[in-house]
Amino acid sequence: MTSSFSLSQNRRRWTNYAMHGLVIGATALALTPLVLIFIYLIMKGAGALNWDFFTQPVGSGDGVANAILGTATLVGLASCIGIPVGLLSGLYLSEYGRTTKFGTILRFFTDVLNSTPSIVVGVFGFAFIVIPTKHFSALAGAVALSILMIPIITRSTEEIALLVPNSLREAGLALGLPRWRVILWIVARTARAGIVTGILLSVARVAGESAPLLLTALGNLWWNRNLNEPIAALPVQIYNYATSPFPKLWDQAWGAALVLVGLVALTSLLARVISHREQLR
Amino acid sequence: MIVVMAQESWPVFQQFGLKFIYGTDWQPVQSDQHKPEFSALPFIYGTLVSSIIALVIAIPLSLGTAIFLAEWAPSKLRALVAYFIELLAAIPSVVYGLWAIFFLVPWLRSTVMPFLASTLGFLPIFQPPIVGFSLFTAGVILAIMSLPYITAVAREVLLAVPNSQREAMLALGATRWECIRKAVLPYGRSGIVGAIILGWGRAQGETMAVTMVIGNSHYIKASLFQPGYTMASVIANEINEATYALYAQSLITIGLLLFAVSFIVNGIARYLIIKTSPLGRGGANE
Amino acid sequence: MQTSKLAQSGFRTESKPEQNHSTSSDVTHLQAQHIQAWFGHFHAIKDVSIDIHRHKVTAFIGPSGCGKTTLLRCFNRMHELVPSARVEGQIIFDGVNIYDRSIDPVEVRRRIGMVFQKPNPFPTMSIYDNAVAGLRLSGIRQRRKLDEIAERTLHRAALWEEVKDKLHQSSGASLSGGQQQWLCIARTLALNPEIVLMDEPCSALDPMATAKIEDLITELKEDYTVVIVTHNMQQAARVSDFTAFMYLGELIEFGTTKKIFETPDKRETEDYITGKFG
Repeated sequence: MTSSFSLSQNRRRWTNYAMHGLVIGATALALTPLVLIFIYLIMKGAGALNWDFFTQPVGSGDGVANAILGTATLVGLASCIGIPVGLLSGLYLSEYGRTTKFGTILRFFTDVLNSTPSIVVGVFGFAFIVIPTKHFSALAGAVALSILMIPIITRSTEEIALLVPNSLREAGLALGLPRWRVILWIVARTARAGIVTGILLSVARVAGESAPLLLTALGNLWWNRNLNEPIAALPVQIYNYATSPFPKLWDQAWGAALVLVGLVALTSLLARVISHREQLR
Repeated sequence: MIVVMAQESWPVFQQFGLKFIYGTDWQPVQSDQHKPEFSALPFIYGTLVSSIIALVIAIPLSLGTAIFLAEWAPSKLRALVAYFIELLAAIPSVVYGLWAIFFLVPWLRSTVMPFLASTLGFLPIFQPPIVGFSLFTAGVILAIMSLPYITAVAREVLLAVPNSQREAMLALGATRWECIRKAVLPYGRSGIVGAIILGWGRAQGETMAVTMVIGNSHYIKASLFQPGYTMASVIANEINEATYALYAQSLITIGLLLFAVSFIVNGIARYLIIKTSPLGRGGANE
Repeated sequence: MQTSKLAQSGFRTESKPEQNHSTSSDVTHLQAQHIQAWFGHFHAIKDVSIDIHRHKVTAFIGPSGCGKTTLLRCFNRMHELVPSARVEGQIIFDGVNIYDRSIDPVEVRRRIGMVFQKPNPFPTMSIYDNAVAGLRLSGIRQRRKLDEIAERTLHRAALWEEVKDKLHQSSGASLSGGQQQWLCIARTLALNPEIVLMDEPCSALDPMATAKIEDLITELKEDYTVVIVTHNMQQAARVSDFTAFMYLGELIEFGTTKKIFETPDKRETEDYITGKFG
């Protein structure tokens, strides 16, 4: 009895060790692509970076300056639409719409939008703006990106605003402030860091988007002079270069990818620092 | 949004009817002798197959990682690995595609695919000839991309399992693994399934990386080592070539279909995840 | 054939409590020697030594945060499961230090069972599966044996009549709070442990259910050594043979329950018993 019992004990112990090993192995394997991608980005991308790369437009064949500027323009324009809309609907959901019917519906649509593939948003931009105006444009691209930003900002704003204690709201109302001023001055201000973090994360997310831009902003070899015309964007340029047959352009693609990942990482890092500092306070 | 897309899709359904969904012909060339033909089945097939390959690869890896993060990792390592997983989710799709073209495609073509073809080649899905830009490659890159999402949600679900469940099992003399298998995983089961379905939805809608490696072929082939097309990638790739209205409208209709699919898939996933949260369980053992 | 390290070190792996009388330490079943425990930098248990008597009920009392639950969790090596938790000292169980490097905590926990403050049945398992979960872990597969033990322990926990018709259909979580706790006790007894540790087992229950569990504890000492943590002094006085009073991580006084409640030696004990603090 004793010996057969300890035999099963041993089997159990070894199963435990084996599963522990497997789980560690799975984690290591899951992180391998990350390491490989970073090695490739740095090894292949760093060589392409030089003065021309940051100053010459795509059309010259030596740089991606107009694409960098284009991404900045698109994200900036998208923010002009996305931040106010997202912020206000987030505050609405937390302050007025916790249980109302309209709040529930708005929350549902925000969730649906959040999980919609970005290409579908691009299709919408294409059908809604490009077809009626009969041309691709920076504006259409910005609209598509803002649609991707809104649900992210809405939900993060709502979550943060819900954390603001009710006693603060009551204190403001007790001072005789109207409700909208309480929301803007007290709630939004208290939740400031969290809201900014959410906005930065949404910027980081849309800055790397290319699928919706292919259908709306299209891309451009030269500098954009009119928002009603196609505009270049870094992710779109990477796609065009990567799928081209010329090794020189492949190098440019790696350089552009390094710049793009750098920008995205920097934005996320900034978001992290802000929310971390807020937690310490 | 739905209204605008549905408006554009209407003429397509008028012209082709339901054949648009189950037909296999996609012949956009328009000439005097040749009437164009549009139907979405090759793309639906490609979307399903590539996303299922992605799941087959990603499920064991991401569940293993989630279990490691929630149950086994020393607390210092937890934050670091979780951060790396987050980074993996933050890399833009097009960068994955770029890396896949220059690393993944040659590597799979020269090592993994020949190995599968020689060992499992009797199965029609692993039949040569081998093409680097294929459904299989698309599945692998999708696995890498959906892995951080599945891991993150599954980890949340595991962390939501009350500690009293773990302690109950351990106090009965369970090893760590037995505790995970018999107490933690059953408790979080529906949430984990939800996480997987969420990852599946992501994989179906993913565009750029797939477009760059799938090979863009309009034909349905049995072998995974052959090129294919997904709904998302055909839209991205052909919209600029859509020179006449019906062509563009057909692509928009595919967008609408993709939207419908992702809506349903995400709805199911969210329902399952909510069911696991403490609120959803009615607090029976809280 | 490799036998388990526990067996090598004289740590019996299969035994009935009845047979324990013949072993060397007849009276002491579990002996804590200079136990210290930490959560991170918080020193939760400060140098506690105590003898737990065989086939007796020992109660630990004291104000919340005094370390009584932590000490209980040191007895079956559950304390170390908390991240950043640490234990020093020795606990001698049947002549072996359970904190020895060669000892597998899994084996310790099988032989020293534990009932928790809040009932924690497995919600995805049926009542029957809950009752035999521990047996299945230790490799018992024969249907007949599982059935027999399940019935016996559910009887013992006074649950059999109420659940015998829905053993396989109903989830463990479908029972009422009191029934859930009986099920957890049955689950622990099914493994036939030598010591049963109970961490405030009645704190989540109504008075009726509490009375039933107190009766059960008194019955249990026939076959088991019972250690119970409670914040309820009347409960300690009703069910225990020995009482230990703890305060701020230290063991202030330990003796027969009669002595502790009637003629305590220490001032702090008397103050606590008479309700002057805590």
